[in-house]
Amino acid sequence: MATDKKLFAAFSRRDLLKSLAGVPILGAVWAAGIDTTKKSKLEKDFWLEKLNIKASAPPASGPMSGDPLRIGLIGFGIRGEQLMRALGFATQEWMESMAKSAQEDPKDKRLEDFLAQENLNVKLTAICDIFDVRAEKALRSFNTEANPCKRYENYLDLIHSGEVDAVIIATPDHWHAPMAQAAIEAGVHAYVEKPMTHTIEETYRLREAVRNHPGSILAVGHQHRQTLSFLTAQDAIAKNTLGHVSLVVTNTNRNDDNGAWQYEIHPEASPETIDWNAFLGTAPQVPFNAEHFFRWRKWWAYGSGLSGDLLTHDYDRVNCVLKMGIPKYVTASGGIYTHRDGRNVPDVMQVNMDFPDFSTGSSQEDGKEKGMTLVYSATLGNQFDRGTVLMGHDASMELGNILTIYADPRSTKYKDLIKEGRIDPQVPIYQYDPTAEGVDAVTSATAKYFANKGLLWTYRDGKRVDSTFLHIREWLSCIRNGGNPSCGIDEGFEEAITAHMAGLSYKIGRKIEWDPVAERIISLPGEDLDAILLENSVV
Amino acid sequence: MTQASPLTSTQTGVLVLLRLLIGWHFLYEGVIKLYSPGWTAKGYLLSATYLESFFHWLASESMISTIDTLNIAALLFVGAALILGFKTQLASLIGVGLLLLYYFAHPPFPGYPLGPAEGSYWIINKNLIEAAALLVVFLFPTSVSFGLERFFAKRTLSSQTH
Repeated sequence: MATDKKLFAAFSRRDLLKSLAGVPILGAVWAAGIDTTKKSKLEKDFWLEKLNIKASAPPASGPMSGDPLRIGLIGFGIRGEQLMRALGFATQEWMESMAKSAQEDPKDKRLEDFLAQENLNVKLTAICDIFDVRAEKALRSFNTEANPCKRYENYLDLIHSGEVDAVIIATPDHWHAPMAQAAIEAGVHAYVEKPMTHTIEETYRLREAVRNHPGSILAVGHQHRQTLSFLTAQDAIAKNTLGHVSLVVTNTNRNDDNGAWQYEIHPEASPETIDWNAFLGTAPQVPFNAEHFFRWRKWWAYGSGLSGDLLTHDYDRVNCVLKMGIPKYVTASGGIYTHRDGRNVPDVMQVNMDFPDFSTGSSQEDGKEKGMTLVYSATLGNQFDRGTVLMGHDASMELGNILTIYADPRSTKYKDLIKEGRIDPQVPIYQYDPTAEGVDAVTSATAKYFANKGLLWTYRDGKRVDSTFLHIREWLSCIRNGGNPSCGIDEGFEEAITAHMAGLSYKIGRKIEWDPVAERIISLPGEDLDAILLENSVV
Repeated sequence: MTQASPLTSTQTGVLVLLRLLIGWHFLYEGVIKLYSPGWTAKGYLLSATYLESFFHWLASESMISTIDTLNIAALLFVGAALILGFKTQLASLIGVGLLLLYYFAHPPFPGYPLGPAEGSYWIINKNLIEAAALLVVFLFPTSVSFGLERFFAKRTLSSQTH
């Protein structure tokens, strides 16, 4: 007690102040922190409630249980190999090169991701490739005791072998529709790469075949339908967040030989190792040409140029959000400006797709707004990333894996909020990042910086997922559990017709018109549109 | 003890001020993160431009939630300790450690990407300066003059005199 008394005696009021003065400072800073976070949470909740956009990832496809599905592959080229890995089959060569690459760079997770991929419960029973080297490469890796796999010289033999339930078609464009149609008519499910068809006529025939064989499931290889943000984007449109969208811009920018379809020509390619007539099919009969075989995307005879090859991706991505269907008018222009190497498809192309009757909704008086143009702009001589933007009267939406919405400074809908200073048109009013926890209403410049660098958006449930894998899985699930693929015949029909209209406009130099009632592309008397589309003279 | 101090009271006062300012900064950063449930250092770590493999490891799935919690706890501890004047030397060292981690994840070395920054920096940035200031706080403890430690120091002093 005595010590205590002395202690307090030596401890003045001034000492007490100097000992404890930090406490109120601590309290003040702490309270200010709580207040700031509360205010920003209120602001965020206000926005989330006001915009009411439902953030959701596409539903997971059904179980892969039951007997293994027997799959046949037609075309074991670059895309064929990728599709096989999505299906669960990688070549020994790829595994070895990836193991080596992972050893050199621990950040390279391609092999690890492949090995961690879900087993889709399929057998690869048949393979058809008309280049011996590729067919043998496939057999060497895939024909095992656990998975007997046979080579077929002809795709019809494969389809009718009775050894396959479904086929994956990854051939040049001019073979997509004939093979898919043969499969569907034989009761075999088909996954066909984009574009769905090479000619207008084939597009109708394939749709007819699928309609007549409802038991065969057709999926078109637009794997970006699995993009996590598209359902959220659909909901934002449905809630009229953007107001009337008058313009959508989407692009392709590539600047390397691979991106310009200058693929490697295999040294063993020869008339002895390649079934040249099988490659040509209905294409103009020309003598064996290894460049045509490996770089077929460069000629209208086998490929479809930027409009079929790459516009289709962007068109389908927008169609998947807006469901605007086939454009009323298409105007295209461009040329061969960056790779003058004997190709006849353009490498710079601008396509305007007009939808004069389409509207995403309006915030202004009735009848003031109607109509939209989708602009596809592409070059194979520059790779500046321009992004896809949906431009509405009230807001703009950047559509990628991360979805970002900015209010327009002149918006009608957000006019008062902009005036009150609650909206800064420079700062997104909404951002959906499927990899982050939850949704951000107001995001910082730093977060946007990280997002734009692509650092946060390749994960799903903490794992990197390949969208091609998800797309194939969805098709397999429809086969096993019923349901319709997200990119089936109707979506494929719209994609193919739009691509063909763009190709036609580029070639004829005229605005091409679609008759939605007759479901026909309007042609001049005596004009054979497919002949124009396939015209293959070198420019 | 205080009489033995070679510093003038103004000098001590400025050192206290420095300690309080840094504590204030740390505490506020910690509180904001504590009350923002979606906050994570993942983006900052993944975008590291130096010692990438170390920072990527910190950002990995198995580590990140621990790292986030530790970071918040450390910010709060350093902030509270510097403001209250308690364990300030330990807090200063932890603070220096944190600041050096932030510094080396995005160092303003010549030729390195600058990332989001509000100013222009060459080798030296505010993280490094704040770390140096914390070294001063470490080497010139002031919590006996101003802070909870005064309370304990006085007690020791009074028990020693008897």
